[in-house]
Amino acid sequence: MLELKNINKSFNGRPVLKNVTLTIEDGKTLAIVGPSGVGKTTLLRIISGLEQADSGTMIWNGKPTTAQAMRKQGIIGVVFQNFELFPNLSVMRNITLAPTLQGVDQQQADATAKKLLDQLALTDQEKAYPYSLSGGQKQRVAIARALALNPQILLYDEPTSALDPLLRENVAEMVNQFKASGMTQVVVTHDMDFAKSVADTTYHVGKGGDDQ
Amino acid sequence: MTYIFQILPALLSGVKLTLGIFAITLVGAIPLGLILSVGLIPKPKSILGKAGKSLLEGYVWVFRGTPLLLQLMFIFYGLPIIGIVFDRFSAALVAFILNYAAYFAEIFRGGFGAVDEGQFEASTVLNMTRWQALRYVVIPQVVKIVLPSIGNEVINLVKDSSLVYVIGLGDLLRAGNIASARDVTLLPLVLVGVIYLLLTLILTFLQKRIEAAFSYYR
Repeated sequence: MLELKNINKSFNGRPVLKNVTLTIEDGKTLAIVGPSGVGKTTLLRIISGLEQADSGTMIWNGKPTTAQAMRKQGIIGVVFQNFELFPNLSVMRNITLAPTLQGVDQQQADATAKKLLDQLALTDQEKAYPYSLSGGQKQRVAIARALALNPQILLYDEPTSALDPLLRENVAEMVNQFKASGMTQVVVTHDMDFAKSVADTTYHVGKGGDDQ
Repeated sequence: MTYIFQILPALLSGVKLTLGIFAITLVGAIPLGLILSVGLIPKPKSILGKAGKSLLEGYVWVFRGTPLLLQLMFIFYGLPIIGIVFDRFSAALVAFILNYAAYFAEIFRGGFGAVDEGQFEASTVLNMTRWQALRYVVIPQVVKIVLPSIGNEVINLVKDSSLVYVIGLGDLLRAGNIASARDVTLLPLVLVGVIYLLLTLILTFLQKRIEAAFSYYR
């Protein structure tokens, strides 16, 4: 369980996040919603350590922690809005690069990656390069890349916005499948229908509070 | 035909000098340009960092903003006045390496700028170090991006090397010019042109091969 307490962040004196307090519960899906420009992505970037909060604390399973410490422990996985696959590397290598750099041996990393690719219906794309993939395939590679490091929490930044609207239900289905297998997930989205179809809890940025 | 064979040895020894300047300049200027470009990218916060960046920008400005011919003359004829003396070949190398490193630095800076910041962020959240991100993700992309511009400069360098004429080095152009003046014929200059064309033809071919090797992704 990850708790955020009184997170504040301003850019050039303009407050973006004010006293954000929320709990990410194990095995549940939290949707962080709100119109664009209210700081949803900033909040996700603070949790993943890409942005530093001005004040506030993070508590992982009862103990105070930092985003940097969580990264070193491999707690957080991130799926970016534009996926940010590495264009110079094959699908397989995109997934195995980080694990092998962190000491997993190549064979083991390959085996893990193959399993993930099978689960995500990407078996045939193993040797492909990102430019040749569809948006949905790119997203699934990005998810496989994050999952290869066995994170405890998977964060998605606007998972529906770079995709064909028809794929929205597929993404929701995928998120719910991961939930069924016990994954803790956080979805940042401006798409309320999508949020409703995946979320156990919803946090409205800007209004400062929980539903349900 | 016999005349061509008579002057060919002189021309070829000129080619040797031209290629020497060419090769050593590349070996010196490409790594130097890459290192300098790293100093041109970040937005430094400390006063020392800011001063360093301004210094680098000033260097690029001076060496791109003045003629290479002037730089050659300045280093070989000018610097001895204040007691810094280079022999002809070293003076040529200093001028060429400093000049070309300035161009390469700008090319690499543009290459780094063209790689999305998100690539660094994706590497960071995958718990890769900054060096690992550079080594496996960013630099391979930069190399692909800069290849066409680097190729352009490399071809320019072959021709620019003829500027060493002005400090009295016996390069290909000088060898041709001497033969032409001595024997009162245009043929040596035509031959010089043909040799430059052959050299650039080979380089263009190599450039295409290297670019093709990097075309496995987009």
